[in-house]
Amino acid sequence: MSHRILHKEQLIPGQTSKLVVDAPHIAAKARPGNFVILRVCDKGERIPLTIADADPDAGTITMVYLVLGKSTALLETLGEGDCIRDLCGPLGRATRIEPCGTVVCVGGGTGVAAMHHIAKGHHRAGNRVVAVIGARSAGLLLFEKELSAFCDEVLVATNDGSRGRQGLVTEVLRARLEQDRAVGEIVAVGPVPMMAAVAETTRPFGVRTTVSLNSIMLDGIGMCGACRVTVAGGTRFACVDGPEFDGHEVDFVELAQRLAAFKDMERAAHDHYCRCQADA
Amino acid sequence: MPRAAAPAAPRVAMPVQPAAERVRNFEEVALGYTFDMAVAEARRCLQCKRPLCVKGCPVEVPIPAFIAHLAAGDVGAAYRAVKTANSLPAICGRVCPQETQCVGACVLGRKGEPVAIGRLERFVADQYVHMDACDLLTGARDCTPVDPARRVACIGSGPSSLTVAGYLSTRGVKVTVFEALHEVGGVLVYGIPEFRLPKDRIVAKEVRALGTQQVEFVTNRVGGKTFSIRDLFEQGFSAVFVGVGAGLPRFLGIPGENLNGVFTANEYLTRVNLGRAYDFPNHDTPVILGRNVTVYGAGNVAMDAARTALRLGAASVRVVYRRTVADMPARREEIEHAQEEGVVMQTLVAPLAFSGDERFALRAVTLQQMELGEPDASGRRRPVPVPGRTMELETDLAIIAVGTRANPLLLASEPGIAVDQRGYIVVDEATGETSMPNVFAGGDIVTGAATVIQAMGAGRRAARVIAGRLGCPQD
Repeated sequence: MSHRILHKEQLIPGQTSKLVVDAPHIAAKARPGNFVILRVCDKGERIPLTIADADPDAGTITMVYLVLGKSTALLETLGEGDCIRDLCGPLGRATRIEPCGTVVCVGGGTGVAAMHHIAKGHHRAGNRVVAVIGARSAGLLLFEKELSAFCDEVLVATNDGSRGRQGLVTEVLRARLEQDRAVGEIVAVGPVPMMAAVAETTRPFGVRTTVSLNSIMLDGIGMCGACRVTVAGGTRFACVDGPEFDGHEVDFVELAQRLAAFKDMERAAHDHYCRCQADA
Repeated sequence: MPRAAAPAAPRVAMPVQPAAERVRNFEEVALGYTFDMAVAEARRCLQCKRPLCVKGCPVEVPIPAFIAHLAAGDVGAAYRAVKTANSLPAICGRVCPQETQCVGACVLGRKGEPVAIGRLERFVADQYVHMDACDLLTGARDCTPVDPARRVACIGSGPSSLTVAGYLSTRGVKVTVFEALHEVGGVLVYGIPEFRLPKDRIVAKEVRALGTQQVEFVTNRVGGKTFSIRDLFEQGFSAVFVGVGAGLPRFLGIPGENLNGVFTANEYLTRVNLGRAYDFPNHDTPVILGRNVTVYGAGNVAMDAARTALRLGAASVRVVYRRTVADMPARREEIEHAQEEGVVMQTLVAPLAFSGDERFALRAVTLQQMELGEPDASGRRRPVPVPGRTMELETDLAIIAVGTRANPLLLASEPGIAVDQRGYIVVDEATGETSMPNVFAGGDIVTGAATVIQAMGAGRRAARVIAGRLGCPQD
């Protein structure tokens, strides 16, 4: 099975890339919120990546990733025409999309890519979509153009003020919620601290807040329980019960701690890989 | 037919790797018989007219027939005899609970030691494990040609589906097996460790021997996600077999269970077996290497996890169990092997809570001392807490092996298939058919966690019925 990379684009050189991959069987079924699990090579580990976009007619899916550890470094070595060893999906529950008026979609980092697919789904369902995206500076901002193609508004926040408003996405979000009582739902995808902050920002307003969790996963089909997360005091699996949950009920502190479980080993694997590259 | 030697002949011992050596590697523990050993053991068989051993086998291997060929030194004929009933003899020879099945039924066992049927099956299968089903021994392509109009899909590639594929393909049916993971074999690959069942040397070869012409394997396809059962019928499959296994892990339900360092057995074993984490960082999948390891549960999966942890360099490994060693549900041989290797059976204790350090890493477990009280519904004496007797044990890796629940993934997309209250698929006992016509099911998703051979028995039963419906010979 091919899983050939048809198109590759470095969104932020050396840091974040976008792949368009030939995967008709996944594209046909992929819905906003779904993810895939891939392996770059025979000895590779299984890593989950959100589907940033799907085109069932072209038979392609789009993925955006941040080069972080060994596996994403390996993925980054692939170019157009290369194949991904294993690609499995679509996995996870699709986003619950229903008419609810205005939806504010908040994205941070590579999470903007996942948020993009969800925002598109809300747009197609007839909701008014306001995108709030953030980054440290203008050069690190993702998908602004893509979002502008269908969002009713795209609000930007950067830490250094090089684009949009200076500050955090949560400040933009709060301002919006204070002046706009018609917001029916908030969707947030990004780093755990950002999603936790969004949930705290929206809590006083009582608006439904959906977050998409990036837990550690292995099989992605509910078998191993590695992705367990505490939601409303109970254990849920991000792979089959999620990845989306009510942000007001997620134990983000635990989630952040569980994400660090393999940090030392990941660093060791990355160092080992870099040494091998240097020796070669 | 060769005559059986005197039943008084002692059973031929199985060579094994010495315990002190094997705890340092992932090579197979039991080394297998040589030709001479196998023939000598085969000659102990009495060739009973009404063999009880066959009745004890869920797939009805013609045991006396294959043993007779082996006793005569004709391994090829023995292999063909085994293969008529069992598609995966090299695997079954290693992981079947023979002591409660064929071997348990052997009449020699009434007075002395029963024939080591499993070891003989393993010996015979190992000689031909590399052969394609169609050029078995002779090189002649004597398989029934596949009829492209007869297509059957199997969801999941574990023992039950592989049996369906093996049975139907030799009767001219084109079988496509869909697997969610990246490697074929299901529990044989992700669940059972290399030291009990070698993946590349045995599983991969025996699966390939089902016949590349007849059986197509498609990996990375998730039933209920990548495709629905309805999609399969639309694609022209005449019948579907569901063999997706039992999925969701169970937990202990105690505080601290989400600490880093607390794994389910499924996660731990999948990382090590499927991900080859024992070869990290050459393979990329990491696993936490515990120093003081505790395992909860006492079935085969618990033994596998405990022995794996030892091999990964743990200083101490304890199986924590609320009853006694005699009550443990694991195979005797697995418990003995584990003990020989240094696994400590910490019995009559139950876990109360896990505690961690400031970095959220597991540090210790609090255990409640238990004693055995009155018998419960299962007939076993119920463990009851001894008031005031608790203790703390240092542990930095805890592995929970207390079973699984039904995985709802596939069935969530097919509400037409009836399930019981616990989520397991309900089938017609005689045929294996579900409430959806031409959809069959077998293995752990029907029975809950059971054995490889029971899953294969269910596969065989369903395959027979499917063959009949497609107008193929049934046996």
